[in-house]
Amino acid sequence: MATKEATTSVKKLQVKRFKPDENPEKHYLNQETGIWAWMTTVDHKKIGLMYLASITFFFFIGGMLALLLRTELLSPARSFMDANVYNQVFTLHGAIMIFFFLIPSVPAALGNFILPLQLGAKDVAFPRLNLASYYIYVIGALFTIFAIFTGGVDTGWTFYTPYSVTTSGNVMAMTFGVFILGFSSILTGLNFIVTIHKLRSPGLSWNKLPLNLWGLYATSLIQILATPVLAITLLLLTMERALGIGIFDPNLGGDPVLYQHFFWFYSHPAVYIMIVPGFGIISEVISTFSRKVIFGYWAIALSSLAIAFIGFLVWGHHMFTAGQSPLANMVFSFLTFLVGIPTGIKIFNWLATMYKGSIDLKTPMLYAMVFLFLFTIGGFTGIMLGALSVDIHLHDTYYVVAHFHYVMMGGMVMAFLAGLHYWWPKMFGKMYNEFLGRITCGIIFVGFNMTFLPQFVMGAQGMPRRYFNYIDQFQPFHQLSTIGAYVMGVGFFIMAGYLLHSLLKGKSSGSNPWGSRSLEWQTPSPVPLHNFEYTPVIINGPYDYHKPMSEFQLGIATPHNGHDHHAGEQTNVSETEKEQA
Amino acid sequence: MLPPQKSTLAEGTDALFHFINITSVILLIGITIAIVYFSWKYRRRSDNDITPVITHNSKLEITWSVIPLILVMIVFGWGLTGYVNLSNAPDDAYEIRVVAKSWLWEFHYDTGFVSVNELHVPANRPVKLVMSSDDVLHSFYIPDFRIKADVLPNRYSSVWFEAIEPGESVIFCTEYCGTAHSNMMANTFVHTQEEFETWLITAGSADDDMDPVELGEQLVTRNACTTCHSADGTTLQGPSYQGLWGAERTMESGETLTADENYIRESILEPNAKISQGYQPVMPSYSGSLNDRQIDAIIEYIKTLQ
Repeated sequence: MATKEATTSVKKLQVKRFKPDENPEKHYLNQETGIWAWMTTVDHKKIGLMYLASITFFFFIGGMLALLLRTELLSPARSFMDANVYNQVFTLHGAIMIFFFLIPSVPAALGNFILPLQLGAKDVAFPRLNLASYYIYVIGALFTIFAIFTGGVDTGWTFYTPYSVTTSGNVMAMTFGVFILGFSSILTGLNFIVTIHKLRSPGLSWNKLPLNLWGLYATSLIQILATPVLAITLLLLTMERALGIGIFDPNLGGDPVLYQHFFWFYSHPAVYIMIVPGFGIISEVISTFSRKVIFGYWAIALSSLAIAFIGFLVWGHHMFTAGQSPLANMVFSFLTFLVGIPTGIKIFNWLATMYKGSIDLKTPMLYAMVFLFLFTIGGFTGIMLGALSVDIHLHDTYYVVAHFHYVMMGGMVMAFLAGLHYWWPKMFGKMYNEFLGRITCGIIFVGFNMTFLPQFVMGAQGMPRRYFNYIDQFQPFHQLSTIGAYVMGVGFFIMAGYLLHSLLKGKSSGSNPWGSRSLEWQTPSPVPLHNFEYTPVIINGPYDYHKPMSEFQLGIATPHNGHDHHAGEQTNVSETEKEQA
Repeated sequence: MLPPQKSTLAEGTDALFHFINITSVILLIGITIAIVYFSWKYRRRSDNDITPVITHNSKLEITWSVIPLILVMIVFGWGLTGYVNLSNAPDDAYEIRVVAKSWLWEFHYDTGFVSVNELHVPANRPVKLVMSSDDVLHSFYIPDFRIKADVLPNRYSSVWFEAIEPGESVIFCTEYCGTAHSNMMANTFVHTQEEFETWLITAGSADDDMDPVELGEQLVTRNACTTCHSADGTTLQGPSYQGLWGAERTMESGETLTADENYIRESILEPNAKISQGYQPVMPSYSGSLNDRQIDAIIEYIKTLQ
């Protein structure tokens, strides 16, 4: 086979087929158990699960805060919390959801679990560093919780100066928490890049890399390059607040717009940290459930990198009304439209993948479709906000709030849920209730649109964001939005219910319930402690559904992982696998 | 979906808004139909379904890259043109100075008159607002006019508009500025040219023949004092006026004092000199915007609220 000879031109490997054990007795969940073993584990799967538990906790907190906000907004004036509490609650909702849920959700939780499996590696390149990243995340989270209970923070998740310098409350603990958190993000990114470069199985060339890994690779690049800027910004903010060094505060000779430049230089790429790994998941899910080779592999892979790159150059579109020069506004508007193109290309590629496929509308696929629909709306409304004259009207209104939620929740959270339902059997070897899964997806879809569609309308009519009180004309929209939020809340509680049930009493899923060709499905579920009992050999792309399953379960036939004494062995792979299969 | 068009530039902005909306809805419907149709037409019939190998199609991919590119470039050019119009005020525009303070808007006219939370402008004449902030960031937004600009403490920013007809339009602060951000609202009153000129001349002298208590009551509303200070004992961002007069007050510094004329006067002109216990030093100074007679009137008004 040409591929095989090209990738192993130096030495020939003897391979055979390894069929995954359908009911493994030993796996990562029942080995090295006990609290201490978990807390000190360097296993990427356990660390992934610990992240998963942590982000679920923060998603719950952030979600409850959102419900409180929506409840308060049922009526125009004060109902059960006062303005200061409201301001703290929306700040925490934003900060928790972004820094403690969205940013680590796919890379750190799902990515940690899946990345080495898709590479056929035993772990990430630096397992101890990986554990350290988790603890850094925990320490950052503790600082934030400390800030909440020692004065709270009411600056909005953006910490705009000079307000954040002058307000009371514990802004310093909060920013310090986010500062620490950044290191977790940087180290995870570094770990992933090295792992993808160095730990690919024999035969896994760049053109066979699952698109999920291209997504994580692009994300990791942004994490490494952008996060330090956030750290610098927060450090400068702290210096200003604590030491009175004038950087952003005009009373001290600083410039508040400079802060916004610094902040968005990180935070715009950060929204790509949040969404690009979602693209990866959607590619996997759509291909698997269409049982068809992905359309435009390189277009999808490279558009992720293009988005990562152009994404660095568009931060100024958050500042069209902030007082930057008209020339800067023009350039940023232009670049913003350019970043829309690779995103559009992805949508069309996914659609083309479904064309003539064999589509199975299982829960993960339903979430992928919900993603396509909602994310497309998020994209179009982004075009709206990129248009300079229209943005002047819509800036800082609920239109922006709705757009952001369509991209982040409609896009990223739906992709996350698709990934969670897709890899759930891989993580725990158990199935969830498929019927409840689909129903819940429907409930969340309806609730989501009910919550955020009215926000587009009231935003276009002029309802500003971050408003505790509002004028009466907006009340019907706010009420609809609040009811939608409750519906969504119900959906998430049902999900928590059936997922817990699955953990405790779920039916065994078998190693590969979806019939996927991707490498992580060619090992038992739950996964063995060291992922594969052999060294996998890859001869096909991860979406080559036209090739038999047996060609995707190959590994080095000799013991010692083929490290010794077989130079000169000549084995034709296809013959070997036929014998074994 | 959009508020009424009450300025000359609103129509241009709205046209682009509708263009993007309609184009998006058409594309979204197309995409949605494709998703639903494919899911039904190509639904899985058996576990052994064979799917064709279609890895890419250059013509198709170029098409769906170039068409959106053309569309967004149209939107870019259109938006830019509108923005250039929004940013360049005509030379003959009537200028009004705007000062934002937490949490009120001051409008300074060329006669020296200052109105708080009420912007009076003539119709059919370009008006340019030159704006700055006394404290944190604010943002000046009139939805009916489709204009918005952040108001900064260290530099001037500006917006301009030409109102089409007499009427009222709401002004919002759209940059989060703390506790009473959502109460930092004002109203635009658009007059005919003659009415506006009359208003400008009489505005300052209208209070002359009012009795002090009545004047004081009007002044605390007009100057947005009531955003933070209630007259009925409710605690807002600042202490209520009710029961204030003659009361023993404890300050943040620990000292106690009696709320007399001098205390109230100082609190209006130098609000952060003494801070009542339990409150934040956030009130802007009214030095320069209230004269002695007006301060007297406010004191007389507070005296009545026992």
